[in-house]
Amino acid sequence: MLAHLPILQVIVPLLAAPLCLFLTRPRLVWLFAIIVSGLAFLISSLLLQQVMTSGTIIYELGGWEAPWGIEYRIDQLNALLLLIITAISTVVLFSADTSIRKEIPEDRHTVFYILYLLSLAAMLGIVATGDAFNVFVFLEISSLSAYALIALGKDRRALWASYQYLIMGTIGATFILIGIGLMYQMTGTLNMYDLSIRLPEVEQTRTVFTAFAFVIVGVCLKLAMFPLHLWLPNAYAYAPSIVTAFFAATATKVAIYLLIRFTFSVFAVSLSITHLPLQMLFVVLGLVGIFVASTAAIYQTSIKHLFAYSSIAQIGYMIVGFSVTSVAGLTATLLHLFNHALMKGALFLALAAVVYRIGSTQLSQFQGLGRQMPVTMAAIVIGGLSLIGVPLTVGFVSKWYLVMAVIENGWWPVAVLILLGSLLAVVYVWRIVEAAYFKPALAGTETIKEAPLSFLIPIWTLVLANIYFGIDTRLSVQVAQAASQSLFGVSP
Amino acid sequence: MLMGLYNDWVVVVLMMIGFYIVIAHGNLIKKIVGLSIFQTSVFIFYISMAKVDGGTAPILAEGIQQYSNPLPHVLILTAIVVGIATTALGLALAVRIKEAYGSVEEEEIQKKDNLDC
Repeated sequence: MLAHLPILQVIVPLLAAPLCLFLTRPRLVWLFAIIVSGLAFLISSLLLQQVMTSGTIIYELGGWEAPWGIEYRIDQLNALLLLIITAISTVVLFSADTSIRKEIPEDRHTVFYILYLLSLAAMLGIVATGDAFNVFVFLEISSLSAYALIALGKDRRALWASYQYLIMGTIGATFILIGIGLMYQMTGTLNMYDLSIRLPEVEQTRTVFTAFAFVIVGVCLKLAMFPLHLWLPNAYAYAPSIVTAFFAATATKVAIYLLIRFTFSVFAVSLSITHLPLQMLFVVLGLVGIFVASTAAIYQTSIKHLFAYSSIAQIGYMIVGFSVTSVAGLTATLLHLFNHALMKGALFLALAAVVYRIGSTQLSQFQGLGRQMPVTMAAIVIGGLSLIGVPLTVGFVSKWYLVMAVIENGWWPVAVLILLGSLLAVVYVWRIVEAAYFKPALAGTETIKEAPLSFLIPIWTLVLANIYFGIDTRLSVQVAQAASQSLFGVSP
Repeated sequence: MLMGLYNDWVVVVLMMIGFYIVIAHGNLIKKIVGLSIFQTSVFIFYISMAKVDGGTAPILAEGIQQYSNPLPHVLILTAIVVGIATTALGLALAVRIKEAYGSVEEEEIQKKDNLDC
């Protein structure tokens, strides 16, 4: 049984999704989804433990030897991502039942859970698989279920946002498909590990450069890197709140994983960084992304939009860490990936609770909420502090590692800009705090009560994780370091 | 040069036509059609890549030495399914948008959204 964990990780939620149809009551489907997601979490914890003690796990599907068969290859990086995705998914699901009862019509609840599980399975598949074409297939499963989930939003603008995401996402995925095709043309293999061995032989050809360009642009579209981020704010803002919480914490992370996997494992570092001006490009785009998105966040009147723009800015930090291309820089990126999932999971879940009570995320509606929903608002404040990077929260840990990595590389101006970017975060978080705590409550809102426990428990689980991993960094730093060392081929 | 790479030229031309339609047209249905053309060009790219000169279909038979590479064909079967799913979902969304906004023109939808804000 233990030997089959890598495939069980993907197949359990994938098979569970259609089984939901046989459960007649939405409540039952919800319980079933929690059990499945919890099981996936258990599997990913076991996988991480196995990888950390005995190294990379290779699983051949159907016993066909790679590169003929498809193999799943789990190393530290994959295991970390699997853990993040399953953990967030399980926590978020706990509030799903309460939240969607207000936001989605009753007859669509079962469909919601099916799509949710499908998208979970697909994200796990993208991360677990070691086959480039398999990545494309899972990417499309996850995107298609994402479009449908976003379109479930109450506002009609959800449809429009979903449509725009569909166009952008399909272009991105097709670019990746072209890139994979060109790679196959040059090497005759689709296995990522095999590709990494065979690509250096044909490295200096225009075809390989083109393949690289297509894959990178496609992945960057998916991860909403500035300036390819235009689909993200509306998609996050109009999707049902639970969907936003799930995607904000996981979907872009999976795309970042793909970026790291393709630049560091499939195409060797020598090609990605030495022969192409990728480093320069990414550090500039990352920084511009931080500033443009943070500034845009300041001017938003809807809190969901505000945090969506803030997500784009946080992706900028990950891209900067990535562009340093040292073990320290990549460690910072992976840490931020882990930490950002915790922050945004907590924040968007807290917003879901607010939507449940007041039915809106307009900043003007937040007036006086600090007194009416103290526990939820406290969670938003702590999440916001973490976003800024205040000590004792996870945000501080990853910014610290990022700044250290940048300085180690001698990029002083970049370090200064990163810190300035954090100041912008102070501004937009302050706007929420000001509205919630320092303005009088609106007339007619005296009846607003604290969010129910089905929200508060998951929210505070994530908030406490924000604080816990901000103090005890052993697990996150150790895994992130091991993962980035293995990507650079340094033996720990 | 021109004839030797005939398929590649077709792929590039189709790809650009599709891409142009997606970007330039405001009609949601036309955008989906453009997207389909864009994807189809990639299918042709994979399929022509697998063709071996003088090779036949990969079925074991006497007297045949050369076979075309079946793997890209199989990959593209999967990609076609993905493409159909995307088109279907896109069209379904267009129907819902038409119901909600009363239009499938990008400009009008944008105008109505701006009024809402």
